[in-house]
Amino acid sequence: MGHHADAPSAGFRFEHVSCVVDATTILDDVSVVLAHEGVTAVAGPSGAGKSTLLRLCNRLEVATSGRILLDGDDIADLDPLTLRRRVGMVFQRPVVFAGTVRENLLIAHPRADDAALAAAMGRAGLEASFLDRRADDLSGGEAQRSCVARALLTDPEVLLMDEPTSALDVDARQTIEHLARDLADQGIPVVWVTHDLDQAERLTDHTIVMMAGRIVDDEAAASYLAARSFEEPDT
Amino acid sequence: MPATDIGWTGLAASLVLVVVAIALSWWQGLRLEGPIAWASLRAAVQLVLVGWALKLVLDPNASVAWAFAWVVGMIVFAAVTVRRRAPEVPGAFPIALVATAAVSVVSLGVIFGLGIFPVEGRTVVPLAGMMIGNSMTATVVAARRVVEELRDKRAEVEARLALGHSSRDSARPYVRDALRIALLPQIESTKAVGLVFLPGAMTGLILAGVDPFDAVTIQLAIMFLILGSVAVTVTVVGLGLTRRLFTPDHRLVRLARPT
Repeated sequence: MGHHADAPSAGFRFEHVSCVVDATTILDDVSVVLAHEGVTAVAGPSGAGKSTLLRLCNRLEVATSGRILLDGDDIADLDPLTLRRRVGMVFQRPVVFAGTVRENLLIAHPRADDAALAAAMGRAGLEASFLDRRADDLSGGEAQRSCVARALLTDPEVLLMDEPTSALDVDARQTIEHLARDLADQGIPVVWVTHDLDQAERLTDHTIVMMAGRIVDDEAAASYLAARSFEEPDT
Repeated sequence: MPATDIGWTGLAASLVLVVVAIALSWWQGLRLEGPIAWASLRAAVQLVLVGWALKLVLDPNASVAWAFAWVVGMIVFAAVTVRRRAPEVPGAFPIALVATAAVSVVSLGVIFGLGIFPVEGRTVVPLAGMMIGNSMTATVVAARRVVEELRDKRAEVEARLALGHSSRDSARPYVRDALRIALLPQIESTKAVGLVFLPGAMTGLILAGVDPFDAVTIQLAIMFLILGSVAVTVTVVGLGLTRRLFTPDHRLVRLARPT
């Protein structure tokens, strides 16, 4: 489980974070530390607040109350643009822009040379020859990997992945899962949001379970994981 | 110049065409009979009232200040229209008001400052009207398109933001499309002028008996004025609205789909 109060201060620490949007409470007094190594799964049924938790990390959303620390600094005090380059984000549906894969990658780092682009592609498991392909012509899995390559070009300290395989077929899903594992092994912590408990179990070193805007305690999380389902455990 | 006066009988006769439009709507089941009748009636009442008011404003003995007061009214109405068409955007009214006012001051300053037209009620009101009217139409298109582009392309905009781009850079490709769409009709109609349609001012002048060549030179000056005003208002309002759709910390605000 990932939310011990005595965890190290590197990475993200949520302190009593609530997020209310249009009078609906999305996150309710969440305190958690996201481990700054390996792959951390944030699992839960849809509507549990998982994506919001992720989006709060790079300030695509802001907390209504509480604070979020990155390496001990309150992210509200950081320049949002600098913060976002430190924190890579991969979305549920691969978002590619019109043009070639190279043009897509250059949006993240306009001055990157071909060697840097090829290196990022390689880390995302794509041949450099993909750089000249039209981004619109890629398969779902290739597009998502090119999104990972694009995110890696800002040299992030941590990679946030928001249900990155839910729009992909089984093969592509496995590729992206392996990719997350490889990146974590290379030293980039990955925070992976999923509603799929099997995926969480299979993929990750740490699992945080969310229900209705709150983080459930270790015991309940263990029951959900054992039952492989978000139905209320019998215990 | 020989006055062209169609009189009340002529006006009534032109209603035959409205009846044709209503009949077509009924025949094709368009259910636009009510709206056509209402639009025609409303246009008649509005224009008759405007005609009376203009008679007072354009009276050669009246102060030209009345004409400028009329222009101020048009500017406010244009800004209200933009706000009504872009209700999602906080502060659309002041942006549209300031942009339209600034463009009006500059363009009217140019035409009257350079002595292209004499400063009289009968020149100030119609020239400002054509400029503000065209700018308003294009600005409404720009405002709608900016809101719709940023709403529909939210995933792309947020992907750019997530890469550390500023809100202005993230919005640029989508706002550029919106501005192009708003400006193209004006550019197209400038290109097609004379070939496809004879523009309003020229038509009016020719109907009123002015020599066609004089009508053309007046129309050209007006058209360049309109093109410039439309481009400036659309750009200022488009960029102004875009700023309002992001928070100072570079987040895209929630944009509800119209119900």
